[in-house]
Amino acid sequence: MLQVKNLHASVQDKEILKGINLTINPGEVHAIMGPNGSGKSTLSSVIAGKDTYQTTKGEVLFENKNINDLDPEERAHKGIFLSFQYPVEIPGVSVTNFIKTAINETRKAKGEEPMPASEMLKLIKEKADLLEIDRKFLLRSLNEGFSGGEKKRNEIFQMAMLQPKLAILDETDSGLDIDALKIVANGVNKLKNKDNAVLVITHYQRLLDYIVPDFVHVLIEGKIVKSGGKELAHELEEKGYDWIKEELV
Amino acid sequence: MSLKDKLVSAYFAFEDNLEGNSPIHKMRNKAMKRFEEKGFPTKKEEAWKYTSLNSVIKHDYSIFPTREHNVELKDVRKFFLHDIDTFKIVFVDGIYSSFLSETTHDNMDICLLSAALSKPKYSAVIEAYFNKIAQKDSITSLNTAFAKEGAYIYIPRNKEVEKPIEIINFATGNESALMMQPRNLIVVGENAHVQIIERHQSLTENPVFTNSVTEIFAEKRAFVDYYKVQNDKPNASLLDSTFINQDTESNCAVHTFSLGGKLTRNNLHFYQTGNHCESTLKGISILNNKQHVDHHTLVKHQAPHCVSHQDYKGLYGGASTGVFNGKVFVEKQAQKINAYQQNDNILIDDKATINAKPQLEIFADDVKCSHGCTIGQFDEDALFYLRSRGIGKKEAQALLMYAFANTVLESVKIPELKRRINKLLATKIGVSIGFNV
Ligand SMILES: Nc1ncnc2c1ncn2[C@@H]1O[C@H](COP(=O)(O)OP(=O)(O)OP(=O)(O)O)[C@@H](O)[C@H]1O
Ligand SMILES: [Mg+2]
Repeated sequence: MLQVKNLHASVQDKEILKGINLTINPGEVHAIMGPNGSGKSTLSSVIAGKDTYQTTKGEVLFENKNINDLDPEERAHKGIFLSFQYPVEIPGVSVTNFIKTAINETRKAKGEEPMPASEMLKLIKEKADLLEIDRKFLLRSLNEGFSGGEKKRNEIFQMAMLQPKLAILDETDSGLDIDALKIVANGVNKLKNKDNAVLVITHYQRLLDYIVPDFVHVLIEGKIVKSGGKELAHELEEKGYDWIKEELV
Repeated sequence: MSLKDKLVSAYFAFEDNLEGNSPIHKMRNKAMKRFEEKGFPTKKEEAWKYTSLNSVIKHDYSIFPTREHNVELKDVRKFFLHDIDTFKIVFVDGIYSSFLSETTHDNMDICLLSAALSKPKYSAVIEAYFNKIAQKDSITSLNTAFAKEGAYIYIPRNKEVEKPIEIINFATGNESALMMQPRNLIVVGENAHVQIIERHQSLTENPVFTNSVTEIFAEKRAFVDYYKVQNDKPNASLLDSTFINQDTESNCAVHTFSLGGKLTRNNLHFYQTGNHCESTLKGISILNNKQHVDHHTLVKHQAPHCVSHQDYKGLYGGASTGVFNGKVFVEKQAQKINAYQQNDNILIDDKATINAKPQLEIFADDVKCSHGCTIGQFDEDALFYLRSRGIGKKEAQALLMYAFANTVLESVKIPELKRRINKLLATKIGVSIGFNV
């Protein structure tokens, strides 16, 4: 589904991604772990199409097509979703209005009619229930004044509504309390099927007890330096990153 | 003949019909003299540096419409907030329309300035309030000289007016070019509450020039919630001067929504004369083409323990121009006041301009004053966030503009008005997506 080939990306002439290779097939769950500042969020943003970053070398293929030149919205229409590490506050636009807009703009791009209001309401109710989100919450301005955990839960609500093929969850667990973590992880698992894929970025092994990865990758200084199964996450939790860095030299 | 000359000679004719040597007549004469000396303001004056009236005063306006014109209710109904849930004082080409108005009420005065100026029953109020806080600048003076018609609202103490009052001035276009000078006087008694919506609405493509003056007096603990809806036709220009005097513990808010019109100048002055009063000045300007909106605000803190809060947002597209000049003046005795001013602007197109200037003059030492001014483009992170959800760039920008402007709407206390403005904003910005707030 997703193939990242020798991807190099820079911001203001500073190279952040230094040759990333990553292949994600339908049905798989991948996890990326790595120290602060190693480039995890940058990789997510580049896959989602943020143009602050220049791709200087390599390519990103989605369903076997090069998407390097696609706008973020075009990637979203193809089924790529990014749950932000730091969701942006948009005062004056309610969660409901926002998600309706997102869904209908995506349908428009595909030449489909807007979703009938009743169907939309049903979908909103279903997904809000799944993530145990109070309906009143959805009338609030998008992310404005949301607690850290509420923001993350709201990201997953949007994911549930949009039903992407590839969901990238950038530190969705940070800020969530233990109960919320279970609810969110349960939501992600319910949405998971053999045709879609998830890439989770996290610092903590705990999340991976709930969303169990098929592969774990370690990203250090812009490169994936080690990949393994879910036991790698345990090892990292225990020993930190130094031993890998040592292995590298 | 220049408009000024025309006004000067029109005044002689107008004056002939006024009764002899009344104090008001003297007031008019003096005011006319001031206008004659100063003429219309030009860019040479500091306060008019960025706003030229040349394109407005070049037309040959009728100053007094020759006959009464009627408009059909069905043609103007959409400009009313409610059919029944508001009081309405409606003027058509400067003349009161009893047919369109709705002023049935008990124990308060929602009527006409013409009546207030001529009937003895009102003379005490007129004497105490009329032209007491209006400035002596040329355009206000011009209005004072010709002041003939407008809303006269007197809310006695402890009265909470049960529904909003709409003051609407229509221009029909039956004159090839029309100048109007409405004059409003609003007195809100001790502990009385009122909500007012003011609108100037041209129904024509013909040039319309309105020079409006409003004086508002908020007595002790009075509550005044005032809205100006400026969404006029492309050939209509407005000079709006509003002066507000606040007594102890009164609370006054003015929201100005500037979306339409050719040239709009808002002079909004607050004078805090009693302790513990609160003033709110908020505005949204969304302009395109060659529109021009100039906000000149003044908050004069003359008493201690007061608060003033200003929040103006501007979105400038096309080759439009915005001006924001916010002056806060804190007199020596006005200790422990808190004056806040914020002005945020987004330039959408390269050809649009904004001239923003805060002006703080503080003579008291124990005060809190803050001001901020931003001029920017769109927040890239916010744009990316929206686009990553499948919302196209143009729509995402529109959504952000809408969100940017929307914060001023928060404090609108009339739900139906909020809904209407919300829709106007969405339309003006070109957000096609159905918003409901
Ligand atoms: N827009 C930008 N401008 C300048 N530097 C940037 C920008 N974006 C990222 N960087 C830098 O690139 C590096 C990688 O950042 P990134 O956010 O991808 O790290 P991360 O692995 O997600 O870290 P964390 O675990 O703290 O979230 C950092 O040094 C960061 O400062
Ligand atoms: Mg990160």
